[in-house]
Amino acid sequence: MMAAIIFVCSVVFLLQFFVSYCRSLIAASIKHPLSAEVQDVTGIKNSASGEDFDRVVQLLHLCPDRPEDRNGIQAIGAYFGLLGFVRSSVARLVPSLLAWTETERGQCTYFAAVTLERRIAFSRDMFAQQLES
Amino acid sequence: MPGPLVNFLWLVGILGEAAVVVCALKKGAFRRYFLLNLYMAGLMCVELGRYKILSEYGLKSTQFQYFYFYSDAVLTIFLYFALCTLYSHVFSEMKAERYVKMGAFLLLAGTALFTYAVVQQSAAKLVTHFVVELSQNLYFVGVVLTYVLWGAILKLRETRTRLIQLVLSLGIYFSLLAANYAVRNLFPQLCSVFIPLVQLCGIFLPLAWAYAFWRLPEEARLVPARLAVIPR
Repeated sequence: MMAAIIFVCSVVFLLQFFVSYCRSLIAASIKHPLSAEVQDVTGIKNSASGEDFDRVVQLLHLCPDRPEDRNGIQAIGAYFGLLGFVRSSVARLVPSLLAWTETERGQCTYFAAVTLERRIAFSRDMFAQQLES
Repeated sequence: MPGPLVNFLWLVGILGEAAVVVCALKKGAFRRYFLLNLYMAGLMCVELGRYKILSEYGLKSTQFQYFYFYSDAVLTIFLYFALCTLYSHVFSEMKAERYVKMGAFLLLAGTALFTYAVVQQSAAKLVTHFVVELSQNLYFVGVVLTYVLWGAILKLRETRTRLIQLVLSLGIYFSLLAANYAVRNLFPQLCSVFIPLVQLCGIFLPLAWAYAFWRLPEEARLVPARLAVIPR
């Protein structure tokens, strides 16, 4: 009985922490302006849409991997999946939740675009270092 | 011998734990978050010890089970105190460090006594089950304490991004492990499945902390009300 209560409470707390953690990752990158180059590549001009997330992540996978970004992008990917689930289930009954999930999904895409920009910059640095040596 | 997946998880975990300490040292955050870093260094040593015992005796051996659960209980207590230092950071302006320490000791003693009271009913299980129960209860107390701390961060409008991410990632870690221990207690016959699962969950914390130390400067700020699940 005790273990069952602990299990249920832990899962509820886990969801709360996970959503807040993902939002803190997004909030830390949201102020970062995208370069014109990344805007062209991703098609994100002013605000990002959740529909573009998969495409931006595909572009992200084309760039050399950076270990410090991996955890963040995986967490945001899982958060995006969770938002997709909420959007297609609970949000159908609560319209305000639908708008909220859409905004969040857009911010996930923006996070992925910022990560893409960092990876491009990282690849350029590596290339420049190789040329120098 | 452990399989390639277990080996891989172990390697990633140990490298992640080393990365936390290295990132904190490089970014000048080692002393500020001393207990967190000390916990990571301790975890790395314990993981190395576990790997050695696992390689020699196997996953289902008594030696490995004893070493695993006893070291886990010690590490949980350590992490519990590391969490208390995060409390001290959040409440630093209130000069409440003494009260936090006192409360932490009382809660730890209370949890240990409660666990003992539960386990002592079956004397045959006393030695083996006490540490497992204690770890489960401490992880759960850790989850609740982290949740209270998160509430305090929102209430006090704490803006330090790094501190917020350290707290939230610790909350995820505690919740994952508490849930895992609870399922293990519900289905003890699946013990050998849950140990690798803990390893998988355990990778999250070092990577999240390494990210927080490496990527986020101490001066980085954000609006915590934006992070609440229910918008304020």
